[in-house]
Amino acid sequence: MLLPKAPQPSLSELFAGHPRDGGWAGFLLAQLAADKPLLWVQDRMAILESGRVHPPGLRTHDLIHVEARDARDALWAMEEGIRCAALSAVIGEIWGDPRALDFTATRRLAVAAERSGVAAFLIRLGGHANLSGARMRWRIASAPSLTNQLDPRAPGLPAWGAELFRARGHPPGRWTIAHEADRFHLVAEPGDRALGEVERLSA
Amino acid sequence: MPNLAIERWAKSSDYPPDAPIVLTVEGTHGPIIHAVTKAAADRGARTGARLTDARALDPAVVAIPADPEGDAALVERLARWASRWSPLVEVDGADALRLDVSGVAHLFGGEAALVRDIERCFARIGVTARIAIAPTAAAAWAFSHFGGGDLAPLHVSALRLDADTIRTLERLGLKTVGALMDVPRLALARRFRGAENVVAALDRMLGRTPEPLTAAPTDPLPRALLKLEEPATHPEAPGQALDRLIPGLVQQLQERHLGVRRLSLTGYRVDGSLAIAAVATAIPTREPKHLQRLLAEKAAALDPEFGFDAFTLTAEWTETLDAAQDSLAEEPSGERELARLVDRLTVKLGPKRVRRPQAHESHLPERASGWVAAVQSSPSSLGEGDRSKSGGGVWRRPLHHASHGSPPRASSGRNRPQRLLDRPEAIDVIYATPEGMPRRFVWRRAVHDIARVEGPERIAPEWWRQPSGARLRDYYRVEDAEGRRYWIYREGLIGDGRGGLPGWFIHGLFE
Repeated sequence: MLLPKAPQPSLSELFAGHPRDGGWAGFLLAQLAADKPLLWVQDRMAILESGRVHPPGLRTHDLIHVEARDARDALWAMEEGIRCAALSAVIGEIWGDPRALDFTATRRLAVAAERSGVAAFLIRLGGHANLSGARMRWRIASAPSLTNQLDPRAPGLPAWGAELFRARGHPPGRWTIAHEADRFHLVAEPGDRALGEVERLSA
Repeated sequence: MPNLAIERWAKSSDYPPDAPIVLTVEGTHGPIIHAVTKAAADRGARTGARLTDARALDPAVVAIPADPEGDAALVERLARWASRWSPLVEVDGADALRLDVSGVAHLFGGEAALVRDIERCFARIGVTARIAIAPTAAAAWAFSHFGGGDLAPLHVSALRLDADTIRTLERLGLKTVGALMDVPRLALARRFRGAENVVAALDRMLGRTPEPLTAAPTDPLPRALLKLEEPATHPEAPGQALDRLIPGLVQQLQERHLGVRRLSLTGYRVDGSLAIAAVATAIPTREPKHLQRLLAEKAAALDPEFGFDAFTLTAEWTETLDAAQDSLAEEPSGERELARLVDRLTVKLGPKRVRRPQAHESHLPERASGWVAAVQSSPSSLGEGDRSKSGGGVWRRPLHHASHGSPPRASSGRNRPQRLLDRPEAIDVIYATPEGMPRRFVWRRAVHDIARVEGPERIAPEWWRQPSGARLRDYYRVEDAEGRRYWIYREGLIGDGRGGLPGWFIHGLFE
């Protein structure tokens, strides 16, 4: 299955389904495929509330981590990163609805990303979807994972509920998906798990 | 500096200036006079004489032990101080300094003016100096110790030969340098074949063999200087000074094939205080635009107070940067761009906030994910490894090394969370049995019903590092009813003798 994708690298906004839900990271990292390093910016509150990036859990160790004091510093660091073509992507986590994060700020990031060709992802933890210049706006929540073939009681392959609620050139949509073998697969709603497994296997 | 020892002593003594003092050193047959005050000299005390002889002439002479090491240290300090006149200064013997002033004198308005300047400065610090400028170092030494402006009438001891040789020369009737110069070289060489080579000394003095200064100081740091006509008090002054200094510094760096790792802009205020802005870079660079961007913000923050009257821009730490690498700088290469990004981020946010992961061999999760300041990872360690294979990039591993067939390391992949709390947070857990699977937990007042659980994965304390009371941890991967996945652990076991009931903690979040 192919998820809607921006025609060129730009700014996407990802709202975590819950501030203490780390599912968006899996959804995001599954899309990034490049041999270039990442810039990962976290503001102080994001680190306090939902933890610091843990490289052993990631599939890449090639990243530069920035611990920003506040949203203003985080946005500045993101913009600096976006201007650097040697990066594969810039990820910025911002907690809540800071004053610095307004339409102008997001628009700046979007324009900079389109100019330099470095994809930027603005992660909103516990924030509201106000006016934004982002080209795609997602809401990502963890979904019950797929059945673990080896141990039915254990969590399996992670799945996510992804809602694209605003995008330029794409109709909004809502999918429950998992990522396996470099592809996203549709997964049925958790209530109808057996059907979902069948669909995934036949896809 | 003929009176250095006595002048140094006089500065730190509370004897009246007209006291007959002699400084002595221990000789074979008792104390020998090392230096004398003027009053003592008037009473017949002479440098090199024995103390008993001086006492015989005048019993009032006071003997004080000399401090040759302290004198030597002072001479060393004066040598550094004298580098204001010439970059090449050498300590010559116990009481003399040699300066190579070739091509320097015109900066001070000619040789005569240079000598006057040196005299004035030495007078200001209270040290008597006899100064001579001559085409050779040996001749300058002779003039400064024996006076005069012509070599020929000087006594042969001006050649700095040992006492025996001088006595031999005197017996031969060769009392002056001029007389020695008239003797055929061959005869001189044959006669003085032994320890002290008279011909060589003569050649040094006459400039027939070069006698370069050996104490060339270490290479001076690349530095650009801007002196202002008037003290500048406006806040833009440091930034403007920076713009004017950078081209000069970059040119020096180019000539010496160096790149900057640490750079500082120093503002000299009129009241003698300094204001310093310093930045460090991740790889050596000498690109003017980059250096300007790095320092501009910090320079603007320098407070002029009563005004700056000079600025210097100093490359405090440099590394070799070849011309070939310089030309690469014109086109953006990944490594260079990244290093610049790290520089910019570090300058603004501080080195502790811009970091790169550094894996540690440890099973403890919080130790395994080490971080190191991105600017500190040296370029060699950044660029080592299979740089050629990955196309010139700094970054070695592909992003998805799991999906590219290379086996993930034991501690990475799906069994480690993507996010780790800086400190594990205590949670309340409901479980079926104390040693069994957790059923439900409360974290930050939110209840999570555990739908699926995998574990435990036992991580024992690192006994060689942790205190002996540390308890083992049983980690569980849990998924709550909404599908959120967490990493929780139980610390300790019942009856492990290391505390009461085991506590539960949450440590990480899964994707």
